[in-house]
Amino acid sequence: MTAPSITVSETPLVLYTLRRADDALILGHRLSEWCGHAPVLEEDMALSNMALDLIGQARELYGYAAKVEGRDNDEDKLAYLRDVRQYRNLLLVERPNGDFAQTMVRQLFYAAFADLYWRGMMGSTDATLAAVAAKSEKECAYHLRHASEWVIRLGDGTDESHRRAQAAVDDLWAYTGEMFNIDDSERSLIDAGIAIDPTMLLPEWLSIVSHVAREATLTLPENDWMQRGGRDGRHSEHLGHLLSELQYMQRSFPGATW
Amino acid sequence: MATPNTPLWEVFIRSRNGLAHKHCGSLHAPDATMALQAARDLYTRRGEGLSIWVVPSSAITASDPADKGMMFEPAESKIYRHPTFYEVPEEVGHM
Amino acid sequence: MYTQALNSPEEGSHAEDAVRASRFQARIDAEERIEPNAWMPAAYRKTLVRQISQHAHSEIVGMLPEGNWITRAPSLRRKAALLAKVQDECGHGLYLYAAAETLGASREELVDAMLAGKAKYSSIFNYPTLTWADIGVIGWLVDGAAIMNQIPLCRCSYGPYARAMIRVCKEESFHQRQGYEIMLTLCRGTAEQKAMAQEALNRWWWPVLMMFGPPDQASQHSDASTKWKIKRFSNDELRQKFIDATVPQAQYLGLTMPDPEMKQDEQGHWRHGPIDWNEFKQVLAGNGPCNRDRLAARRKAHADGAWVRDAAAAYAEKRARRQMAQAAE
Repeated sequence: MTAPSITVSETPLVLYTLRRADDALILGHRLSEWCGHAPVLEEDMALSNMALDLIGQARELYGYAAKVEGRDNDEDKLAYLRDVRQYRNLLLVERPNGDFAQTMVRQLFYAAFADLYWRGMMGSTDATLAAVAAKSEKECAYHLRHASEWVIRLGDGTDESHRRAQAAVDDLWAYTGEMFNIDDSERSLIDAGIAIDPTMLLPEWLSIVSHVAREATLTLPENDWMQRGGRDGRHSEHLGHLLSELQYMQRSFPGATW
Repeated sequence: MATPNTPLWEVFIRSRNGLAHKHCGSLHAPDATMALQAARDLYTRRGEGLSIWVVPSSAITASDPADKGMMFEPAESKIYRHPTFYEVPEEVGHM
Repeated sequence: MYTQALNSPEEGSHAEDAVRASRFQARIDAEERIEPNAWMPAAYRKTLVRQISQHAHSEIVGMLPEGNWITRAPSLRRKAALLAKVQDECGHGLYLYAAAETLGASREELVDAMLAGKAKYSSIFNYPTLTWADIGVIGWLVDGAAIMNQIPLCRCSYGPYARAMIRVCKEESFHQRQGYEIMLTLCRGTAEQKAMAQEALNRWWWPVLMMFGPPDQASQHSDASTKWKIKRFSNDELRQKFIDATVPQAQYLGLTMPDPEMKQDEQGHWRHGPIDWNEFKQVLAGNGPCNRDRLAARRKAHADGAWVRDAAAAYAEKRARRQMAQAAE
């Protein structure tokens, strides 16, 4: 017996909140995969701390999405009982950890965005989202600093680390554009002052990332072709495997309390 | 092959406003910036800190326990440095 | 007892050391704490480095069996708690390596010895975590047993070890509770969940009893460690204390102890049946179900991280050079 997926009524605000919740959960899950396997023990501590920040953000956002939806879904049903096509996270955050350079460059790209994004969202007319933003902004500011310091060390470290860091930048670049996309459902929220317009964040994001890349002696790709689809549930092959692990218990033991 | 050593740092944390930084342990990090980050992640997980110092362990000079006698015992007999050495009549009140 | 110390060349002449050793023992007997740069018998130092580093290795290897369930934890609340707990184990490993380093060993050499299979860690982490209930049992029993061992160590004669243990014990107080809460939830859940809890208890109970080490008459290290106040209770004393604390907790859960011979004696102590010490010996010798997997995982993390550590070291050197050049301008 397995537990079937739930259905979610994705009103614009529910969908919007789920997208951010899924970003946080999936990236938190990825970072938690490092626990016990990091390059130095001090990094096991750091990566776990960041994973915990993100899982905490996800829980608050799922809780809010469930409340707004107003049916009997809750944080765990939303996390554990939606299938890959129902997940709304960015493609960037589901990228596999790869080597430490891939993980740190992914962190840099996402945290540089998330820090700006949550700072903007602190002014949301939605009190709950504004409160989540105030907490998340501080967390993501630290994630950004942590990732920047590492990317600089990897880029400007040894020949091998430079090569790996540059490869990570080249591999992940095409997944950064999706962070700045908006669709019709988001536009209505932006107009209402509930959400912010992410396209406004692009210049500053680019300036932060370029600054770190310069320090790290890395080159940002010229290529501006960007992958998209995660926000609408069109994911890479990796997400299904991640979810089969994440959801294993809830799927295998329908309705049980843990 | 033996793993090369990463420098050792001593960590000092001020837990509340108005208190002094207190030694709380050590850690390994390649440089001061990373040491500060690692100290934050290792020693302030439960809200223990408001401020962190990291100092290279090699920069610390410690007194030799064998010198305990000459270093610290001479102070013990100087009891006139303490207020209780002096007698003030009770009627005078708290002083 | 101090023969080894007296024969150690760096510790000076026999006559001088005999005097120092008796002064040292007097300090221990007076419950004074020994600090890193104080004189100590070489055997005391060696015993401590061995014990503290084994303890540190246990924390680090101990991340693996529980880490095995972080990505599969059945709720977000459980996932956060488990991740924080496994992260704590890492932190505890770091506090302990730092304590060992005050004795003149480097973390790198200690870790290298562990990766080479030359240093031991707790036998318990060589058993697999097969179901979610194992996470409950580990918190409840493995951490429970560890706490029994660790609380007396907070008064250990070596200052840095005692201080590390105080911090560890303070942080670990949530570990056992989260484990018991998992067990309670399972035992109050469906029949399938309760069976999962019982099955996990059956598998872990005997290995947990072995965590306290061989019976007193067979233990090699206890005499000196007791005299030096590194160890304050014998293996059997701690084991008994643990069982007496655990049996009522199991009864509350409605679980059956997997020991048909277990009986309460007239003093109220729960007496266990025979422990399979051969199994314990085999696990310590490297033949437990997961010894090879655990070492392989730690070796892989270490090897995969080498280029990262090299990069950070190279960057630190470059930065120092640049700063020097700047200062010279």
